Amino acid sequence: MKELFEYTLRMADDSLILGHRVSEWCGHGPILEEDIALTNIALDLVGQATNLLEYAAVTEGSGRSADDLAFLRFDRDFRNLLLVEQKNGDFAVTLTRQFFFDAFRKPFFEALAQSKDEQLAAIAEKSLKETKYHLKHSSEWMIRLGDGTEESHARVQQAVNDLARFTEELFYMDEVDQKLISEGIAVDLNTIKPIWKAHVDEVFAEANLEMPEIKWPQKGGRQGMHSEHLGYLLAEMQFMQRAYPGMEW
Amino acid sequence: MTDFSGLLKRLTLLFVRKVVHLYKSFSSMKEMDIAELERRFQEKIDKEIKIEPNDWMPEQYRKTLIRQISQHAHSEIVGMLPEGNWITRAPNLRRKAVLLAKVQDEAGHGLYLYSAAETLGADREQTIDDLHSGKAKYSSIFNYPTMTWADMGTIGWLVDGAAIMNQVPLCRCSYGPYARAMVRVCKEESFHQRQGFEIVSKLANGSPEQKAMAQDSLNRWWWPALMMFGPNDDHSPNSALSMKWKIKRSTNDELRQQFVDITVKQAEMIGLTIPDKDLKWNEERQSYDFGEINWEEFNQVISGNGPCNKERVDARRNAKENGAWVREAAMAHAEKRRSRKERA
Repeated sequence: MKELFEYTLRMADDSLILGHRVSEWCGHGPILEEDIALTNIALDLVGQATNLLEYAAVTEGSGRSADDLAFLRFDRDFRNLLLVEQKNGDFAVTLTRQFFFDAFRKPFFEALAQSKDEQLAAIAEKSLKETKYHLKHSSEWMIRLGDGTEESHARVQQAVNDLARFTEELFYMDEVDQKLISEGIAVDLNTIKPIWKAHVDEVFAEANLEMPEIKWPQKGGRQGMHSEHLGYLLAEMQFMQRAYPGMEW
Repeated sequence: MTDFSGLLKRLTLLFVRKVVHLYKSFSSMKEMDIAELERRFQEKIDKEIKIEPNDWMPEQYRKTLIRQISQHAHSEIVGMLPEGNWITRAPNLRRKAVLLAKVQDEAGHGLYLYSAAETLGADREQTIDDLHSGKAKYSSIFNYPTMTWADMGTIGWLVDGAAIMNQVPLCRCSYGPYARAMVRVCKEESFHQRQGFEIVSKLANGSPEQKAMAQDSLNRWWWPALMMFGPNDDHSPNSALSMKWKIKRSTNDELRQQFVDITVKQAEMIGLTIPDKDLKWNEERQSYDFGEINWEEFNQVISGNGPCNKERVDARRNAKENGAWVREAAMAHAEKRRSRKERA
């Protein structure tokens, strides 16, 4: 089914691209324990992406594999949110990006675990366990940084100001969602938004952070309209498959 | 995940241990002279009884272990960089996940080892600063660049393979915390070695391009891998004492020979050629004879002049410096929480 493929691909690409970004920290974290934590999160995300892409490949049924989907699609065919492809910046940017995403992903997977599509429900349930830790980790860091020093507060508030414009897209829905919602497969994101907002408000209150007014939200990822960052990311991620087509590794 | 109250607890525990240790050594010293303490220490070692953090130990034993364990820890942490270089370019999803897990294991090894060094009274941050200033060393192998994907295989196969040769005997090292840390480290290293060999085998059995990539990688890493065992025995200043104290169980040359004998057969199995024209089976010794290592290169690399020494140390120093505000924030927040709790 075309919609199920598209829907699964959107989730898969979110995990894959964010996993790639987080993995760039490996070996460069601000403290060894945090290096391990970030690498672990990247590993979870790549694992989720693999499960989802494998399922997407099955639903597509055209003979493409999970690896083909990850390494041989072009920029315009990627369906991830703009938020997750944004560059790592400093630790505050990375953690803010992660926090906005985790706060969405946890209630999303909770709801998806009830999906009538058994495979998606199973992937959601497995991913939820990981996502709970991710959200705990990123929420705690938002509070530490927001309520830490003057410098950390300024940096994390700046990161929030810069990334807030990408958060509206977390709740983007179109006819793909509508069709699958009517079949009991997809999650109605209108039900996720208040949960996301409540968690963000709660953490921001403790962290003394403010959500800026979003004058014009940035969207387009779900249609393959990306920022300039994605091209470079894919050039790096797909290098081997592009340079040595058709080989096994 | 990061736990700064845990860090504080650990530091306090360390301080208490150090005081207890000083007190014990002071009070016991009143009762017997150093020679007697040394005799008892050596007796324990000879009887294969592990030395534990609070036991009396010669200052030189402590120093040697701190040097060795922190060098080992630094090697794990610096070793994350050459492999980390390929995480974002791994050729498929499975390889990407395995490589991430492997590099994460190395960070974990670094963490155990820094903790093991702390049981001897070393300060983790000071030890790390010594790495950044160039005072402390780490394995020379990580100063070579990972140019191709094949290097991910070769590092697992040769570098982790050599590390296992070095480390398996350390599971029986006389110092308890180090020996115990090594048991877990070795289990993971042997998994790393196998996944590396699997990568190289896949390439060696692949297309002509892949095979050439594997051979080129072996050519570049073979000699640096042999250098990992350190200088020849007659030039190894710390060896004799380390053997007597059972910190080391085999000499550099013995371990190197063992490595060559095993690895040559593995290379033959997958059809790759060891880049050594002097390599020859010696029927009498039942071992391979092999060519002379370029010791000048080895000395240059350990003195900081290898191809990537600057990049590696800079990367670690930058991680620490760029992360300073994060650590300060975490400490400041913990302090605020504590004082808010006290006021409440």
